[in-house]
Amino acid sequence: MRILAVIPCYNEEASVGDVVGSLQTACPEMDILVINDGSRDKTAEAAAAAGAKVARLPYNMGIGAAMQTGFLYAKAYGYDIAVQVDGDGQHDPAEVRKILEPIQEGRADIVVGSRFISGGGFKSTPMRRLGIKAFAKVLTVMTGQTLTDPTSGFRAVGKKVINLFAEEYPQDYPEVESLLLVHLAKLRIEEEQVVMRARSGGRSSITPLKSAYYMVKVMMVLFIWLIRKKPEMEA
Amino acid sequence: MHTRAEMIALAGSGLLLLVILELVRSRRLKEKYSLLWFFTAVVLLVMALSRGLLDKLGHMMGIYYAPSAFFLLAFLFLMLIMVQFSVVISRLSERNKTLAQEVALLKLKFEEEISSVKAETYKNRIREGNSG
Repeated sequence: MRILAVIPCYNEEASVGDVVGSLQTACPEMDILVINDGSRDKTAEAAAAAGAKVARLPYNMGIGAAMQTGFLYAKAYGYDIAVQVDGDGQHDPAEVRKILEPIQEGRADIVVGSRFISGGGFKSTPMRRLGIKAFAKVLTVMTGQTLTDPTSGFRAVGKKVINLFAEEYPQDYPEVESLLLVHLAKLRIEEEQVVMRARSGGRSSITPLKSAYYMVKVMMVLFIWLIRKKPEMEA
Repeated sequence: MHTRAEMIALAGSGLLLLVILELVRSRRLKEKYSLLWFFTAVVLLVMALSRGLLDKLGHMMGIYYAPSAFFLLAFLFLMLIMVQFSVVISRLSERNKTLAQEVALLKLKFEEEISSVKAETYKNRIREGNSG
């Protein structure tokens, strides 16, 4: 199976090199594609120096557009699995096999690394945890399946989901909404327990005001999906 | 008189809400740009439904004719939406320019590569022709 790691990056020059390097060590058979989302620092150079392929977006388009670029690449070059890993170092590349396995064994179409299934590690700030819990509750009701960490950006997807996301992927805050999309397309979601760290460099792109907007927008989008036409799957 | 104006305001803002909802549902309007419209429609709908609230708001602004207060409110929200549009259009035109420049430079690079490859093949052919 051909596996592609997609690392969306916005100003992550301090950490992206390490992330690429340790991913290569953890899973040498994997190809690595860094999407440089209009960074103003040397992210692209650092990623290329570490041995990754780098796609450069001409300006900052947001994580949704960046990730979809990766899915389009995965689809165009016939990859079987795409893995999303954040460029800030909060995901442990050593755990990438954990989220790959269910897809390789055909048990799931998307696997999300969850920091809330149990175990230690960095669990975000109290305010954010509250927000994540709210999303988890809403999604659990909507999908009829217990989901604990819908905002996690550490995930692996199989071919069907690659095709789905290449067609349609939310633009602004895609993690939560994309899970609902997968569910509506009648594909299987699974969570695996992972341990996350606090980011090793750079700054989070989410400010308090953005967080409030994020909550309102994502909740609204989730409910709009209820009255919307379902996403169409390619045969 | 007032009741007829109230009915029109109610029907108008209700229709606005439905239209926005349908546009978002059918994905002709992005959620991002629908938020302000939703907010506007809901506020106007509430004002149209509750005469007391509208009167209170009107008095706060020094307007004692309720329909005027309603129009002013609608006007202010429309202004807000227009400003949002202007900001979005500005960003779009900037990005459009960047994209066109990027394409132009890529095209140039591509043509240069092609012509250097062509020149290389041509040279090779001459060399082969001379030796053969």
